[in-house]
Amino acid sequence: MTSGAGMRPAHEPPPSRRRLPVSTSTLGQWALYGGTLAVVMFLAVAVDWARLQDKMFRTDLVLDQFPRIVTQAAKNTLIFTAFGFAGGLALGVVLALMRLSTFRPYRWFAAVYIDVIRGLPALLVLIFIAFGLPIALDIRIPGTYGRGSVALAIVSSAYIAEVVRAGIEAVPKGQTEAARSLGMSHGQAMRRIVIPQAFRIIIPPMTNELVLLLKDTALISVIGVTEATKELTRFGRDGVNANANATPLVVAGLVYLALTLPMTRLAGYLERRARASR
Amino acid sequence: MTTEAGAVPAVDLQDVRKSFGRLEVLRGIDLRVAAGEKICIIGASGSGKSTLLRCVNLLERPTSGRVLVEGVEVTAPDCDIDRVRARVGMVFQQFNLFPHLTVERNVTIAQETVLGRPHDLAVDTAMAMLRRVGLEEKRHEYPARLSGGQQQRVAIARALAMDPSVMLFDEATSALDPELVGEVLRVMRELADEGMTMLVVTHEMGFARRVADRVAFIDEGVVLEESPPAELFESPREERTRRFLQRVLERDES
Repeated sequence: MTSGAGMRPAHEPPPSRRRLPVSTSTLGQWALYGGTLAVVMFLAVAVDWARLQDKMFRTDLVLDQFPRIVTQAAKNTLIFTAFGFAGGLALGVVLALMRLSTFRPYRWFAAVYIDVIRGLPALLVLIFIAFGLPIALDIRIPGTYGRGSVALAIVSSAYIAEVVRAGIEAVPKGQTEAARSLGMSHGQAMRRIVIPQAFRIIIPPMTNELVLLLKDTALISVIGVTEATKELTRFGRDGVNANANATPLVVAGLVYLALTLPMTRLAGYLERRARASR
Repeated sequence: MTTEAGAVPAVDLQDVRKSFGRLEVLRGIDLRVAAGEKICIIGASGSGKSTLLRCVNLLERPTSGRVLVEGVEVTAPDCDIDRVRARVGMVFQQFNLFPHLTVERNVTIAQETVLGRPHDLAVDTAMAMLRRVGLEEKRHEYPARLSGGQQQRVAIARALAMDPSVMLFDEATSALDPELVGEVLRVMRELADEGMTMLVVTHEMGFARRVADRVAFIDEGVVLEESPPAELFESPREERTRRFLQRVLERDES
């Protein structure tokens, strides 16, 4: 990569829609304001706000969720996410390298694995690992953490493999050639030169995978969790059942957002930093 | 440079052919570079010059023929190519510095991973090489912060740090802005004066004339003519060589 080719003036503002000439007529604008006002008025009058708050955001029930929704449910969600992502990343990198291998059986295996897993619902894979494997092959992965994490790792690895492969392919060929010309083996060139650059490229899609994985931990609620291994969705659902009130689920939703929003913000920051250093 | 008679050539290409699909780019190249010799390879674009150079360290594998580096046949199926490559430095048109590593790390990483040099020694060697190309003070910068000429000089330092016995230059100045060409050519000339064996693909006729022991003109995948620069530039034997030189010199004068 030459220094010149990839450099864009960083301060150039994105093409803005606001700069387009506004063609909406004054009459049309008034119609828009009027319509919006009508909807707001309708909501204010038609919706029973007191009831809504009572069923969805009851203060005492909100407080009731704490601290366990954090110390237990959110903690479990993060544990499943961390183990699932670590496993998915390790497996995904291996699969990506297999897909790019010159050894055909590796390529075929990786291609079939990725196609099959991506073509199946995550829920099905999860149920298969939890209930199918013990019946079919007498394989029992110990513990909810174990079963859940393994299933999530298997599912996410297929998606991560494709992201990693795209990243590796985006590293200019001259990088491999320079590394090999210095005497590095294929493996050394991959480990030291190509993969580190590939990971800088794939930070944004990888964060996307992480957020998707975090949300997929909700599926674990179907495979029979103990009190100690409940994650956020199950915790919220049990709260709904116990109180005949939607508040616990709403609080769980807010906790999810508290986890996912910083992640996407962090990704944006890392992306900008990586671009600046290139 | 003089070499002892009967010494093993640094690079020996024997009837090297290379096809890409149905296109035959190299059609029987014979070229021998003695230790300490500087050979410039000239020719029109698409004549196969770069492919020829890339066949020396097997970035391209010849379709047939033999390539020997210091007597080791690199085209042999059991050749440990990584060991040979560590002794053959290569400088690319596009520099190909590692953008995620500092200048210093660019120069030390292969010393450590390939040669197994301890970190301190690798750093000392890197500093010595960066001093040689005049970029000692840039060692903590990332490549993107350097000019093209500086990047290419770091790339030369990176190759030299491996103590190569041969250096390959693949149009090392072609991607540079005109005002940056001089600083890179100067480093290359100093290297030649120190006795490095060099195989240089170039469009810089002035450099070839001044530095080369021999100049090889490649045309349509063969070495059409090969002689000392004075001879090749002043009285080329082949009509095609004459026409090529005429075109190039016209460009330089206009």
